Amino acid sequence: MSQIEMIDLSKSYNKQKNVLDKVDLFIEEGEFFVLVGPSGSGKSTLLRMIAGLEEITSGTLKMNDQIVNHLPPKDRNLSMVFQNYALYPHLSVEQNILFGLNAKKVDKQEQKRRLLETAEMMGISELLKRKPKELSGGQRQRVALARSVVSEAPLCLMDEPLSNLDAKLRSQMRLEIRRLQKKLGMTMIYVTHDQVEAMTMGDRIMVLNDGKIQQIGKPITLYNEPANLFVASFIGSPKMNMGKAVFHADLNQLVIEETIHLDIDAVTYEIPSDSNVTIGIRPEHLYPGTLNNTSHEIEVINVEQLGNDTLIVFGVGKEIWTAKWPGQWDVQVGEKIPIHIAIENLSFFNSDTGLLIKPATTSKQHEVVTA
Amino acid sequence: MSMNSSVIQQIPTSQIEFERAIKKQRVKNFSKGILFLSPSIVLFSVFLFYPLARTIYLSFYLTDATGVTTVFVGWQNYVTMFTSPIFLQSMKSTFLFVLYTVPITIIISLFLAVIANEKLKGIGFFRTIYSSTMGISVAAASVFWLYLFHPSIGPLNLLVKAFGANEIGWLTNPSWALLSISITTIWMNIGFTFLILLGGLQSIDSSLYESADIDGAGYFYQLRRITIPMLSPTLFFVVTVAIINAFQTFGQIDILTQGGPVNSTNLVVYSIYREAFVNYKFGSASAQAVLLFIVILLMTFLQFKFGERKVHYQ
Repeated sequence: MSQIEMIDLSKSYNKQKNVLDKVDLFIEEGEFFVLVGPSGSGKSTLLRMIAGLEEITSGTLKMNDQIVNHLPPKDRNLSMVFQNYALYPHLSVEQNILFGLNAKKVDKQEQKRRLLETAEMMGISELLKRKPKELSGGQRQRVALARSVVSEAPLCLMDEPLSNLDAKLRSQMRLEIRRLQKKLGMTMIYVTHDQVEAMTMGDRIMVLNDGKIQQIGKPITLYNEPANLFVASFIGSPKMNMGKAVFHADLNQLVIEETIHLDIDAVTYEIPSDSNVTIGIRPEHLYPGTLNNTSHEIEVINVEQLGNDTLIVFGVGKEIWTAKWPGQWDVQVGEKIPIHIAIENLSFFNSDTGLLIKPATTSKQHEVVTA
Repeated sequence: MSMNSSVIQQIPTSQIEFERAIKKQRVKNFSKGILFLSPSIVLFSVFLFYPLARTIYLSFYLTDATGVTTVFVGWQNYVTMFTSPIFLQSMKSTFLFVLYTVPITIIISLFLAVIANEKLKGIGFFRTIYSSTMGISVAAASVFWLYLFHPSIGPLNLLVKAFGANEIGWLTNPSWALLSISITTIWMNIGFTFLILLGGLQSIDSSLYESADIDGAGYFYQLRRITIPMLSPTLFFVVTVAIINAFQTFGQIDILTQGGPVNSTNLVVYSIYREAFVNYKFGSASAQAVLLFIVILLMTFLQFKFGERKVHYQ
């Protein structure tokens, strides 16, 4: 049983500007919740406030409907995995895992049972007698996880646990952590700056920037209907292509970055009449043009062959856009190639406030798997 | 194009030529290294290696008052030394002195360092105070303690009298003098030891403590299971340096007691000094110096052999 509620949670150091500003959040029991944001956005601070390592300046933090603002870390019944793993270098893996149970004076038999069970689950049974410095990065990571699992706390906090691993190991550990969380049914709050980790692991994601909540929602919602320009550019890789757009009602034309002209029917397609509009389009929605539907020609600046996809980079006014075409395309730098831009793939944002006016309409059409 | 060919330089074609070039580079590297080392080689030779050799040489001779060797006596200086009750007393006092000062200095400094490591307002003030004795010269500190120990007007005796006890002859009573010197030395050494230990404490990763906090470990459990083991390399260094320093104590003895009363504070280095520059027996003074050198070497070696096993390097 562990659900968490934050009401107007704020944090400031030395009465300066708020590092975290009025965070309102409800995390369900058994949920995998990801806090994502660029460095300095306050995500780690928020996690440390939940852990009790950082004082709460104002607001209320509740766990299972109990106010816990005043409780020290040990009374909050949670476990935490640190970015650098925080393993004790002078203790063996076994002693590291049992450190907390020893401190809490858990019965020796019980300790033994939990140790063996956890080590088995994490696949580190052969490493129990080793010191942390004799382990590889991935093994250390597993020990850190084991230490958190062995406490049997219903809430687990993770502070960028995968950032010290190489790319291959990272994707493997992503899967393992996710499976572990589902298997044990614990509530997980996971901090990362990596949007791929956030997208792939989270049941729900909260995007933070400058101490303010940008958006909370399911990964796919954040991708399809980003609440503002920040979320739009932060979620997704390569990032969403952006451009200033002006709608000329007399010509029925939308002009993007004074370069791309799109003919649209203003009557059937409601275009926001604000003068300051920024449009966004995902790289995979910049299709290769065919004989029938080519809308524009662009000049290629750079080509990245990924094997399964081809990234084509080109300039639109002052902006650099990327198109992601499935498969392998033989395109040369400097070549002029046809592309297809469809109006229904555009998301519209208010340039001044950054807020979403109208999401891309195609994103609503989910592919459905049929048996 | 001509550009391409001119960039590639003439390559030695035969095997011998290119081996010679490598050899030349090695010689060049070696001489460069020696050049960089030469200042320390010269300094160490003049002020360390030569005096060491000279001391060993002198210890086998009798000398006149100016230090010129007169008669070769072989091991005689050493034999006399080990049969002299004054020297044996001096060795005993030295070991007692080490035993009194080293553990107490380290325990007090460790305690101060642990409390000064807390994140509190104004902790900088206390850190400065605790480490301040490092900035006081041995002479100044000794004069200050000379006043504290003064039999009639010294604050220590005033305090003793206030409690109704008899005055203590801090520096004049043979059974108190070594203790008094030890107290002075402990006070003087706390600054340095404190600073090194505090540095060691601050280099311990704070996430270890945070993790322990979450695990529910109490303050003393953390102190015993995290702080002390993580501090062990620093502690080892401090113990080694403190022992060597204690064996070499000289200044405070010269000012406070001159080795007295009844030779009770005549530690080895002071004994060497008296033998050489008061009695002008450079031969036997050298023999004592050689013995001190061997004792310190042995102590340090034993520490590395047995102490280092319990040290956890990162």
